[in-house]
Amino acid sequence: MVGTAIKNREAELNIFRSRVIVATIAILIGFLILGSRLFYLQVVKRDQYHTLAEANRISVVPVVPNRGVVYDRNGEVLAANYSAFTLEVTPSKVKNLDRVLDDLATIVDIQPKDRRRFKRLLEESKNFESLPIRNRLSEAEVARFAVNRYRFPGFDIRARLFRNYPYGEVASHAIGYIGRINDGDLKKIEAANLMRNYKGTDHIGKLGIEGSYEAELHGTTGSEQVEIDAGGRAIRSLAKSEPVAGNNLRLTLDIKLQKFAEEAFGDFRGALVAMDPATGEILAFVSKPGFDPNLFVDGIDPVNWDLLNTSEDRPLTNRALQGQYPPGSTVKPFMALAALENGKRTPEFSIVDRGYWNLPGVSRPFRDWKKGGHGVVNLHKSIVVSCDTYYYGLGNDLGIDKINSFMTPFGFGRKNGIDVDGEQAGNMPSQQWKQRRFKQKWYAGDTISVSIGQGYWLATPLQLATATAILANGGTQVTPHLLKEVIDSKTGAKRSYKPPPQAQLSFKPENLQLVRQGMIDVMQPGGTAWRSAIGAGYQIAGKTGTSQVVGMKQGEIYDAREVKERFRDHALFVAYAPADNPKIALALLVENGGHGGSIAAPIAREVFDYFLLGKQPDLEKRKKRDYDLSDSD
Amino acid sequence: MTLATAINRAFDIVTRRLDGPLMVVIVVLAAISLTSVYSASGGESFDRTFGQLRNFTVAFIAMWIVANVSPQTLMRVAIPVYIVGLMLLVSVALFGEIRNGARRWLNFGFITIQPSEIMKLGMPLLLAWYFHKKEEGLGWKDYALAGLILLLPTGLVMRQPDLGTSILVFSAGFFVIFLAGLSWRILIAAGIAGMAFLPVAWTLLHDYQRERILTLVDPMKDPLGAGYHIIQSTIAIGSGGILGKGWLNGSQAQLDFIPERSTDFILAVFGEEFGLVGTLLLLVLYLIVIGRGFMIAMNASTTFSRLLAGALTMSFFTYAFVNIGMVSGILPVVGVPLPLMSYGGTAILSMCIGFGMLMSISTHKQLVSS
Repeated sequence: MVGTAIKNREAELNIFRSRVIVATIAILIGFLILGSRLFYLQVVKRDQYHTLAEANRISVVPVVPNRGVVYDRNGEVLAANYSAFTLEVTPSKVKNLDRVLDDLATIVDIQPKDRRRFKRLLEESKNFESLPIRNRLSEAEVARFAVNRYRFPGFDIRARLFRNYPYGEVASHAIGYIGRINDGDLKKIEAANLMRNYKGTDHIGKLGIEGSYEAELHGTTGSEQVEIDAGGRAIRSLAKSEPVAGNNLRLTLDIKLQKFAEEAFGDFRGALVAMDPATGEILAFVSKPGFDPNLFVDGIDPVNWDLLNTSEDRPLTNRALQGQYPPGSTVKPFMALAALENGKRTPEFSIVDRGYWNLPGVSRPFRDWKKGGHGVVNLHKSIVVSCDTYYYGLGNDLGIDKINSFMTPFGFGRKNGIDVDGEQAGNMPSQQWKQRRFKQKWYAGDTISVSIGQGYWLATPLQLATATAILANGGTQVTPHLLKEVIDSKTGAKRSYKPPPQAQLSFKPENLQLVRQGMIDVMQPGGTAWRSAIGAGYQIAGKTGTSQVVGMKQGEIYDAREVKERFRDHALFVAYAPADNPKIALALLVENGGHGGSIAAPIAREVFDYFLLGKQPDLEKRKKRDYDLSDSD
Repeated sequence: MTLATAINRAFDIVTRRLDGPLMVVIVVLAAISLTSVYSASGGESFDRTFGQLRNFTVAFIAMWIVANVSPQTLMRVAIPVYIVGLMLLVSVALFGEIRNGARRWLNFGFITIQPSEIMKLGMPLLLAWYFHKKEEGLGWKDYALAGLILLLPTGLVMRQPDLGTSILVFSAGFFVIFLAGLSWRILIAAGIAGMAFLPVAWTLLHDYQRERILTLVDPMKDPLGAGYHIIQSTIAIGSGGILGKGWLNGSQAQLDFIPERSTDFILAVFGEEFGLVGTLLLLVLYLIVIGRGFMIAMNASTTFSRLLAGALTMSFFTYAFVNIGMVSGILPVVGVPLPLMSYGGTAILSMCIGFGMLMSISTHKQLVSS
């Protein structure tokens, strides 16, 4: 018994020893593998890994310059920067982003709006970019995230400069906005060979002043050599070249006047451009409705974007630059001047207006807006009462090509050269134009419509303002502009806006005087806008107009009461004041506002009163102002 | 009694159950660990270093207590430890707390424990006890039951999911069976069966586990994602060269490029700062521990002691091999700490309790043989 037990124990011990030997050999082999691997890494490959480690350590990061500040002519801030914390993520570093965002939402407030906006950014961006999820974190949120940062690799909090537009919607179409750099912007930056300067910058001016003066506003990007950790966080700075902040801009806009003018529009859609007739400096640049440019800074979320884009009011359309409307009767002073200068009319020449006019040899009549006509009408009266019939004959005598060559120097049918992008040229028709455009010859009847600013003639509110300014200043071809001066961020030196060479148009003084007197008398009893000038205390020269929305057959009677609001005529008004020494010239258009005299002219009066006299509006009067159903033009 | 004799007595009481050679190496390793943890915390904060010092202190006390427990007592607690461990693992599966997508923890309100850690010791204890009892003539049924004892907890841990720990739990038990003399034929057959099972196992793995294995094949495929750990740790080790960049001078380590740098990836910090000289010294220290462990096993007087000592030693090797292999980029990334180096109370505690058992076996054998 004992013998077998000992024997068994002996055998068992032998097995155990042999197994330990096998295990020892296996372990030695294992350590040999580890040892050779370490030798391979630390001796054979050492240099390669050393290089990699060095590259890991030092990184050159761009230092984004502060964007230039935009002021109005009186030094009011229109666009400025402020620093705030954003929560950003590099999507390529995160698995299952949606779930991580759910997690994150327990720490930092993430609204559905933020998510939508982030999704949109994600679709538009490259995967390795760092994208903001939440902007303007509160201190508490920053602290909460900092504590939990380890749970969210790929996420980081950055201090970023944000653009702020303190006036919101006011002047939004003039100032424009900045937004995230997209593929299109990137191509432009590449084409301009500015890639280096835009390293680290993720916003760019998109519209308005922000867009057109991007080169001034952006500044020069600096760089910093930093030691970074694997999360990309800078640990310490090794060397730095400071960025140069963008230059500040002072605009010609008077933001108070601007705000005032926008408010004067009330709920109406439309546009107003007011400028200094001597220089072309734009004092107010209204396109209603506007939009809040602050929405675009963070990257607009799709819901707001759709709202802006699909709204019937088209708030993103810059009506002042891009709205091309038939200028209607506002062209009559210009037409009158054209006829006088071309010797086709004298001041004394009169017609008897019975309410219609026939093109020789054509039986179908062209009708005046006033049934029964205006009686005996000379050139002065034709402007004051806005007699269509007078201009049918006048236009026919001039012919389209003479009209075209006279109107073009006023800026009609061509871009006026304003210093923001997106300007439309409108249309100043000619025989050649119609041949090119429609492969049709020009008919005499086409000229008749053009004579009263309808038909093929299209003008933007900006063009009407420029033309009115030229009329007011006696023929100096001003270039409308929004920039007054650039203020160098480093030296503080000021560089004024330099207009392109301005030609001087020459008119016979008595002709000019006659037309101007007509416009002055538009604002006197008997004129189409006389009510708007009551008690002004200074003289206004103006002209009303109506722009047809629905094409009407000649002879059909337009009845505002039967036309849906959206199909009502646009109300137009051009004016300058004071008439003897013009300080401000403007053109304005109220979409579907009916007639110029009743809707548009009162807005102009408010703007004049405020600009010339500093007078606040009579809000009661403004409230009562509504669409005027009476027949007048 | 003089003061001198009193001190002598006290010293004797403290040291008589400790194994000298093992103790020296462990203390050296602990010292290396403290310096590396300090470096891994940026050389600025002593928080982790003191934490690690506390971990070692607690673990050494536990080691001393276990070393003073006789192997017979260890044998007696084998079944309860295993059963409790198994029950806790089942509770984890049912009510466990989920952290980082894995159900590994049990929250008792005052303490949160990871029952799989208990199994790392419970498994070899029970199997060594089992083979001790079955001293005479082991049949296939005995091995089958041993297989069940082995696979039940392994499966539970794998399901949590915790691939690293399940490998350690499995290997601890497997080493006992191997040392007990399971025939080579069965071992080879099991090996082949295991190979055949691999494709099935692949489909059972979690996405992230598969990714880790794929990443090993080509870490550059996803340098900012799954491959990141491996790339950064190999860069750290490789850039250390022969002599290393010097303590607190490893740029990879100091600049936070190494993830988990004070825990699972501490070798990257150590390797970068102390170079090949340091890493080979570490391997030598580990070999000494293993050699001493095997000596204790060979000299043990009972089957239980032999098997337990042998299996614990081989487990120690497994820890070291898997961790170094993973950090140096030849094994997939699984959560296995570097023994006696990585920051972490639980791992050091269970490791030192294992050493306590080795010391108990080493210092109690005369008593048993008499």
